[in-house]
Amino acid sequence: MKSTILDVTARLLLPWLFFTSLFILYRGHNLPGGGFIGGLVGASGFILLVMGPGLEAAKRALRVDPFSLIGVGLLLAVLSGIGGVFMGNAFMAGLWLPTFSLPLLGTVHLGTPLIFDIGVYLVVMGFTLAMIFSLSEADS
Amino acid sequence: MGVFITILGLLVFAFFAPWIHRIAKSYTGWLFALIPASGFAYFISLLPAINAGGVVQYSIEWFPALDTSLSFYIDGLSLLMGLLITGIGSFILIFAQGYLHKHMLQGRFFSYLLVFMAAMLGVVTSDNLILLFVFWELTSISSYMLIGYYHGNEDARRKALQALLVTGLGGVALLAGVIMLGLASESWTVSALLNGSFSAAEHAWYPYILVLVLLGAFTKSAQFPFHFWLPNAMAGPAPVSAYLHSATMVKAGVFLLARLNPALGDTMSWTMALCGFGMVTMLWGAINGLLQTDLKSILAYTTLSVLGMLTMLLGIGTDYAMKSALIFLLGHALYKATLFMTAGSVDHESGTRDVKILGGLRAVMPITAFAAGLAALSKSGFPPFFGFLGKEYVYKAGSYLDQFAPIILIAAVLTNIILMSLALKAGVHPYWGKLNKENYPKSPHEAPLSMYLGPVVLAVTGLLIGMFPGQLVTPLLSPAASAVAGHPVDIGISLWHGFNLPLLLSILTLAGGLTLFALRRRIWYEWSQRIKPPFTFDDLYMACFNGFVAVAKWQTRLLQSGYLRRYLLITFTASLVLISYKLSLFGGIPDNFDLWSANFIEWATAIIIISSLIVIVKTQSRMTALLAMGVTGFGVAIVFILYGAPDVAITQILVETLTLVLFMLVIYRLPAFRKLSGVKTRIFDGIFSVSVGLIITLLVLKAQNLDIAPTISGQFGEWSYLEAKGRNVVNVILVDFRALDTLGEIVVVGIAALGIFALVLKGKGENS
Amino acid sequence: MSTLIAIIIGALVAAGVYCLLRRSLMKLVIGIALLGQAVNLLVFSANGLKSANPPLIEASAKTLAEGTADPLPQALVLTAIVIGFGLISFSLALMGVTYQKTGHDDIDALTNTDT
Repeated sequence: MKSTILDVTARLLLPWLFFTSLFILYRGHNLPGGGFIGGLVGASGFILLVMGPGLEAAKRALRVDPFSLIGVGLLLAVLSGIGGVFMGNAFMAGLWLPTFSLPLLGTVHLGTPLIFDIGVYLVVMGFTLAMIFSLSEADS
Repeated sequence: MGVFITILGLLVFAFFAPWIHRIAKSYTGWLFALIPASGFAYFISLLPAINAGGVVQYSIEWFPALDTSLSFYIDGLSLLMGLLITGIGSFILIFAQGYLHKHMLQGRFFSYLLVFMAAMLGVVTSDNLILLFVFWELTSISSYMLIGYYHGNEDARRKALQALLVTGLGGVALLAGVIMLGLASESWTVSALLNGSFSAAEHAWYPYILVLVLLGAFTKSAQFPFHFWLPNAMAGPAPVSAYLHSATMVKAGVFLLARLNPALGDTMSWTMALCGFGMVTMLWGAINGLLQTDLKSILAYTTLSVLGMLTMLLGIGTDYAMKSALIFLLGHALYKATLFMTAGSVDHESGTRDVKILGGLRAVMPITAFAAGLAALSKSGFPPFFGFLGKEYVYKAGSYLDQFAPIILIAAVLTNIILMSLALKAGVHPYWGKLNKENYPKSPHEAPLSMYLGPVVLAVTGLLIGMFPGQLVTPLLSPAASAVAGHPVDIGISLWHGFNLPLLLSILTLAGGLTLFALRRRIWYEWSQRIKPPFTFDDLYMACFNGFVAVAKWQTRLLQSGYLRRYLLITFTASLVLISYKLSLFGGIPDNFDLWSANFIEWATAIIIISSLIVIVKTQSRMTALLAMGVTGFGVAIVFILYGAPDVAITQILVETLTLVLFMLVIYRLPAFRKLSGVKTRIFDGIFSVSVGLIITLLVLKAQNLDIAPTISGQFGEWSYLEAKGRNVVNVILVDFRALDTLGEIVVVGIAALGIFALVLKGKGENS
Repeated sequence: MSTLIAIIIGALVAAGVYCLLRRSLMKLVIGIALLGQAVNLLVFSANGLKSANPPLIEASAKTLAEGTADPLPQALVLTAIVIGFGLISFSLALMGVTYQKTGHDDIDALTNTDT
């Protein structure tokens, strides 16, 4: 069953959902959001593609294997924790850059917890997509 | 320090033994013998200090939090045992080189033997009680490997398992006993038990500790009724029998009793238990030995008998008894190891161990015959051999007792008469008489150097220390006897004590033993045919063993039905019982019902969730069930929103949606719902699940009312912005305060993805 | 409302257990999902539900104000939801493959360990 409306909507929504998910990820430190929610939202864009244009289109749009997302995410999460060890602190102790301001985003805190959250984002997104891709693949 | 290095060295070489054997080939045994030999030298070097009344202690931290350290304690008793283990061990390794020459798995055999040696040394030198137990178990396990060395033989496997199970059972009891002992004495070291500050006999746990420790010692030292494993352990190769099952491991139980004598001994129950079981074992072993015609079986039963005698002597508990126990222990180790090795040589070089065939080997195996003869004479208690001393002192120990002296003396004399005849059967009979070469499976010839070196040295040692006891033995045995008695004991040993009752009994024993030896053929050919026991203890063991297997099968069938439904019913019922019990402890049914303060939205949410649950349970359409599930999930999300958890609510909504999508992807591959269970089952399940739900409701109500522990949430709220620069406390907890937990979680998620990938991929791969 | 939450949790558990006891694979997975929801809510409400204000620190403040919801159970439940998602996904995949391999969706037909 092909639906042109679904196809087009899915293609249109993909970039929006993707950038929204990044924004949710970033703002999670101060407001509801974060890596878990961001990752799920990020995945949903590609899931819409699977439901509309199909699995191949979604894979093409993602460009990378979802399992690489999981791997990179785990790596980032672990690396973000190692920094603290080198500073003579415990594993996973946070490190921060000096605060600065940007238009649109306001005051910016950049630190290892954000890197960790990005790792979470990638793992959650990768997992969700890996699930959907494997199960729809088995379907076809 | 030296002990620790020796044990460590043995273990390291044990690990590499198979590879070393590949390179060193027929020199392996000689090479490995250097390790215990250096340990022997170390122990000898300690002799002056220990003889002067000192002890050697050495400790390395292991689990400080558990009061467990690698601590060693060497006093006279440990030293005696250490010398036996390392000294005899060296010759056993050399003997094994010749005995198992060209055997396929010889390297592995050395490996087991070295592990055993290390474990045995550990048992006799451990200061820490837990460490003692660890080494104790290690001897059981290595003994299992060694008895079952001929693993192609089913009977050998069964007997090895039997030894492991019997000694393992005792090991568990010992562990419990040791822990109780440690708790009762509030120290976990042997040395603290020995310094007299703790008197176990007055502690309330004394009966339990005593029974548990005795179980451990009696199983290890094969005391009646656990004796049956020892004759069966002869399934192992000769070096194993010589080393483990006569000289060292079976003495571990006796050692333990001697070691704990100052702490546990000197009570009526101790004396009765040790004397009683010891005496029965002693007589049982001797009488059964009389009927055996296999060379190794004869030796096994005499070992049993001697172990009984040692236990009995420790039970008597007088200074004299301690002395005689130690003299006997030393003498027995020397001559019995010799006899087992010579028996191994005879078996190896002539192809049989049947005493009915054996005879006249003196002509072809003169050196072996010489060693065996010396050992047999020592064992039979001819003066001036060391065995004579052992026997004399047993009689002395007995005759100094008041109450039980007659019983003990009669039993001891009877046993010794039989033991003497058995010694002659094992050490003299095979070598004397006429040599009928045609009777032997192979043409008998002398054993190689590696196989007669040990027997000759040990037998000559037995002769020498018997002739010069004051110079050679007193410095060694006095501190040992002091350690066992718990106060200084001087062993003034001499061969001639004047004409007295012990000497008379010794003469009686010699006469009786020679008579019995002369009658040996009649016993083998006539008596042993006539005596058929109604059952053996081995049968009893097998009955227990099969009983256990049957019970295990029965309960597995009962609990592991394979039906998910039954597992669930059992699990939930058990949980319900436990939760109800806990609830009743906290005051039973909670009283904080408060339905009326809830507002409209809350009521609406509850009604939505519960009605969608009813739909899920009742519907016959998969699609409806899924949609209702979605509704439930969204209802739960509303609860999250109502109670100030936007992050959780968003996550819940997203996950719920994605779950639905995933269900959709899979659902069409499965058939539609059918009514698989009957009405009765469904009614039962309904009542069951509603009661589970009810208990959980009560549990939640109770939990909301209790304030058991303070939470750390307030702390998180304070630190969140100041320390972690985040205003969303939930997110800060996830990525900063408890980031390690989150890391663990995403790892799990990653693994789940791999698992699913493998599942789906495998499904595809096998279908195409 | 606390009492209502307790009743909701009880209902979720009851429905979950009932579904687990059915013989259909699909109901089994639904049962797992429902039990998961119940446990999440249980953790969420175990320390009592006190406030409707999310645990966010106001722009003007430096520490969390009094009277906001407890952040700790929220963090716990959030991870639990995601883990639960992983569990359900895995169960679904397993269910699909099991049916594909054995041709049964009746759990009572699956008592062999090696199929």
